[in-house]
Amino acid sequence: MKTTAGKNQESAHSSHDMLYLDNAATSHPKPSQTLRFFNHFIRSVGGNPGRGGHPASVEAARIIFEARERLTSFVNGIDSERMIFTRNGTESLNLAILGLIRESDHVITTSMEHNSVMRPITFLQNEKKVTVSAAQCSARDGTLDPMRIKALLRNNTRAVIINHGSNVSGTVQNLKEIKSVIRDALLIVDACQTIGSIPIDIERDQIDVLCFSCHKSLYALQGVGAIYIRKGVDPRPLQFGGTGSNSESLEHPAFLPDRYESGTPNTPGIASLLGGLTLIEKIGMERIMKKERSLIHLLVTGLRNIDGIVVYGHYEKGPAVPVVSFNVTGKLPSEVSYGLSRRGICVRAGLHCAPQAHKTIGTFPHGSVRVSPGYFTNRRDIITFLEAVENIVRQ
Amino acid sequence: MSDNREHSYYLIYKSIHDVLKAEKKLKERGFNFELIPIPRNLSSDCGSCIRLYDQIEDVTNCADVINMEKCFFFDGKDFKPFMRQ
Repeated sequence: MKTTAGKNQESAHSSHDMLYLDNAATSHPKPSQTLRFFNHFIRSVGGNPGRGGHPASVEAARIIFEARERLTSFVNGIDSERMIFTRNGTESLNLAILGLIRESDHVITTSMEHNSVMRPITFLQNEKKVTVSAAQCSARDGTLDPMRIKALLRNNTRAVIINHGSNVSGTVQNLKEIKSVIRDALLIVDACQTIGSIPIDIERDQIDVLCFSCHKSLYALQGVGAIYIRKGVDPRPLQFGGTGSNSESLEHPAFLPDRYESGTPNTPGIASLLGGLTLIEKIGMERIMKKERSLIHLLVTGLRNIDGIVVYGHYEKGPAVPVVSFNVTGKLPSEVSYGLSRRGICVRAGLHCAPQAHKTIGTFPHGSVRVSPGYFTNRRDIITFLEAVENIVRQ
Repeated sequence: MSDNREHSYYLIYKSIHDVLKAEKKLKERGFNFELIPIPRNLSSDCGSCIRLYDQIEDVTNCADVINMEKCFFFDGKDFKPFMRQ
């Protein structure tokens, strides 16, 4: 099974003889723009940004500046200095959670969160006497009723941390409705699965802190994440060190972006993000969503037509990210994914680092088989996948 | 706009982000300037600053490019701190 992704109008690179359907973990193949921008940086720029006034350093800084500006406007942020680059979505969430939540604060989250939220807040619960409430989402599809958040609010609720799009069920939560009920609490959003697949508007939804990775639907290389911090929100940095600025001072700079970006950044990765953003601008979000939804429709309809398969989620209801979880009656998710692996098909089975979400939809402790197409997946790939699942079910 | 290479202004910013933001705005408005390494006698930072060959007043009238930390006038021999009005 050769991946046919390269036959798309926008080319992407994959030399493997496999069908990759694990884009919720990281997108593959990467578009040619990603490689082009990365290649340009490695071959022709190469400097350490903001470290020295020589051309290689200045040009590297220009690449980061442009990526920061374009990423800020992509999510309708106001000030690009408030868009901070990190290593991944997890680091962004750790900066938001560990940097903003203080001793004895109360935090509200949901029953659909990833461990990148649950683990830092559990740490705060154990070490800083932070209290945590989790709003129960629907067992049917993981949807959150904002009234459940409202009911959990306390006087000392510092933040509400919401998974925008589930990496297990694809469910997308309505941020605007949630923000409207949380009073003065900060809205911290985990947008790792939605960014690049669903439009995000920081101003419209009044998001206080937006955390995401850039190697999924923004098509950067792995090792790049970002966080946008609204003006007036001031988390304590996770690390301190050289910034190329205020070098005479032993005090860490208070101004952004330097406050949150010490040490050499992943400039090759950030250059590749510029390539990903260039591709998204070229195609347009509307077209990306339309294609991904049509693939999901084909996938969900096909799976539901196979006897003995349970599909989780409710894809007819509204926006969903291109992630589908299912199980085969009488088989463990790991058996199904092994059967697919043997046919060269890459999907992910198990708990997907989100045990709470699996408890919510009733698939704990074994989890589910998760299939996540991307923009470079085509309809033929989905049909190949469905045929393989049908064979495995019959065995 | 003048191009007096003897007389120039050195615009110092707190971060490379601000330098590049100013560069973008100055470029859009067609100012005559270049990005140069910060002279050691003006700052201990190892980064870049903007050397402007136009009149500083023309720049300081643009509200969104004057977010500089310090400014010096260079008369071809000496640097003099330039105070914004």
